[in-house]
Amino acid sequence: MQQLHASKTRQRLWRFHGGIHLPDEKELSTGRPVTGAPIPAVLTIPLRQHIGEPAKPLVRVGDRVLKGQRIAEPQGYVSATIHASSSGTVTAIEERPIPHPSGLAGICILIETDGLDEWAKLPMPLDNYEDLDPDVVRERIRWAGIVGMGGAAFPTSVKLNPGPHQPIRTLIVNGAECEPYISCDDMLMRERSGLVIRGASIVMHLLGARDCLIGIEDNKPEAIEAMCLAVAKSDIKDSACVCTIPTFYPSGGEKQLIRILTGKEVPTNGIPAQIGVLCQNVGTLAALAEAVLEGKPLISRYVTLSGRGIEKPQNLEVRIGTPIKDLIQAAGGLQGEGRRLVLGGPMMGFTLDSEQVPITKAANCVLALTPDEAPDPGPALACIRCGKCAEVCPANLLPQQMYWYARSKDLEKVQDYNLFDCIECGCCAQVCPSHIPLVQYYRYAKTESWAREQEKRAAGHARARHEAREARLIRLEEERKAKLRKKKEVLSKEPAAARAETGPKGTAVAQDPKKAAIEAAKKRVAAKKAALAEQGVGPKNTRDLTPSQQRQIDVAEKRRAAAETAATQAAGED
Amino acid sequence: MLTAIAAFAVLASLFGLLLGYSAIRFHVKGDPIADQIDAVLPQTQCGQCGYPGCRPYAEAVARDEAKINKCVPGGEAVVLTLADLLGKDPVPLESGEDKPKALAVIDEEECIGCTLCIQACPVDAILGAAKQMHTVIASECTGCALCVAPCPVECIHMIPIGEDPGSWKWPYPASVHHPLPQLGTA
Repeated sequence: MQQLHASKTRQRLWRFHGGIHLPDEKELSTGRPVTGAPIPAVLTIPLRQHIGEPAKPLVRVGDRVLKGQRIAEPQGYVSATIHASSSGTVTAIEERPIPHPSGLAGICILIETDGLDEWAKLPMPLDNYEDLDPDVVRERIRWAGIVGMGGAAFPTSVKLNPGPHQPIRTLIVNGAECEPYISCDDMLMRERSGLVIRGASIVMHLLGARDCLIGIEDNKPEAIEAMCLAVAKSDIKDSACVCTIPTFYPSGGEKQLIRILTGKEVPTNGIPAQIGVLCQNVGTLAALAEAVLEGKPLISRYVTLSGRGIEKPQNLEVRIGTPIKDLIQAAGGLQGEGRRLVLGGPMMGFTLDSEQVPITKAANCVLALTPDEAPDPGPALACIRCGKCAEVCPANLLPQQMYWYARSKDLEKVQDYNLFDCIECGCCAQVCPSHIPLVQYYRYAKTESWAREQEKRAAGHARARHEAREARLIRLEEERKAKLRKKKEVLSKEPAAARAETGPKGTAVAQDPKKAAIEAAKKRVAAKKAALAEQGVGPKNTRDLTPSQQRQIDVAEKRRAAAETAATQAAGED
Repeated sequence: MLTAIAAFAVLASLFGLLLGYSAIRFHVKGDPIADQIDAVLPQTQCGQCGYPGCRPYAEAVARDEAKINKCVPGGEAVVLTLADLLGKDPVPLESGEDKPKALAVIDEEECIGCTLCIQACPVDAILGAAKQMHTVIASECTGCALCVAPCPVECIHMIPIGEDPGSWKWPYPASVHHPLPQLGTA
């Protein structure tokens, strides 16, 4: 117990700028134990559940798949594998509504489950990971399709490969879970603390990290206790430390948690690896430990169902691809009127238009909020420049200035105010007395800037191709002209040269076999004619002519003679 | 008096030489303003501005011969950027609203392989040969629609690019809060 106490209090804590106190509402869903959600009739598994390229399907419609079988492989480096979360038959690979703020559809693999939940053959556990090449372990993590489960869904195998120029000293385990209502990480730490710590141990080994700081907000005493016990029992008890941090939103933000635990600031536009820190969510570490030590892919996760619009708020272990409607039923259904369905927390989540959308790897919470819990803020009023937003901004930004520039669509100016350091935590909008939807403006400005950036790249590409085409056309035209010129030169040189040597006929005959043949034939005919004329036989058509025929012949002869003289004259002039 | 005149004459000739030298030494080839304008334009080379390509339009704008609101594919964004760059007042687009982006798609059943579209494409995005089926390389197509008119069998269609979650943009917030969509009983 003494050791426990020591590991809890050793660490000095820092403060980040801004932040707000929020009612935590966590006791709503922590009262019931975590149960497994039933197998849904149809699993809808989106191909894009992570940041990066969507996965490429490996199965076809009609295939039978087993639980844990790979059904889509990563396309490109920043991408993730996807596995079937139960056994059944693939019924379609088509567009279905996916959990996305746009409400748009995305390509999903639909599996009609057979209820058998039959496992596929799984790879060997890598119990001896300490003796293995880190790349083998990383490959296993990539095979298991593990992504950041705190919400960003960045492929973990990529994050665990920061490169030799960025040595990682400190692993930070994010168990802060600062948003109201959400308690899935809390429950995970209570029930599977050993797995989380083993995951941390694997990551520390992979990165060669020396310390491990586990940040948990002080409103989760059970989780803190469980994690302390797990650390004390683990092989990293000397280097790991459970740090109890004050409950203060948004302490679970990556950069904020790093600031609280280490006092270091992540540089703007930078990543924590630059300051030798790597941050992992507790859910990610548990999934990673399962993948390495048991050979199990990421096919399920803890999801909080909460809000006063839900009959029995609780945490469920949910298969990836389960429709939210099935989860709500498993939690006793909805109650009350006029509630709003939110995926994620009340601060950073987004409203769902459909209950049919499936749970993905990054979905941590489904909320059904009553109008009392999520009141309509009313119409946005004019900004009164009170400055409260700047006081609470945890990223040290000037939300008011960014709002003005985003509102006037001045994307360059808004980026000058470090728009891309905004973590969209919603503190500024929460405290705004004019109810201005500030985060919406920043999200608009961010996506618009990305789109512009992409358009600019496309324009550069198109310019290069257009210029290459223009250059090619000019080159071809010049080549054509050069060829023509050459031909003309040859033509104009030839007759002159020919005349100078042996006269036009001689050279022409000598040069061209066709012409030679014609000349030979002409000679033969002339010889024949001469022979006949000697015998006094003329051509038949020159004998016994009528006067009119004779006249026609005379006219034709005259014309021919005139044409010949004209031709010789022309040749002479040439 | 004479010294003063002489001194000024010497100074004037020195500065004159210096200026003359720098005019030659630091001479800027081309028109940097036209380059800057060209960098803003979307490079579709569609000619909808009335100029044969983006570069000629950029040069015309730089010479103040063309208005800044003629670029149809660039839309409002290009007008605003050009207005900012040239210190002019932003004006509404000449063609009205922004058009949705589209890609040219060849109906391969109908294509007779005449190569007319290949000759029309400003960015070499159409692949094919005489009497062989042609096809558009989607990643290179800028959506300029210049290939549509020359096709004798009208087998090229401009297909608008649909939104997908990857390319979706958050909308500009409405000035008034709309009530949030409420779900009926499941």
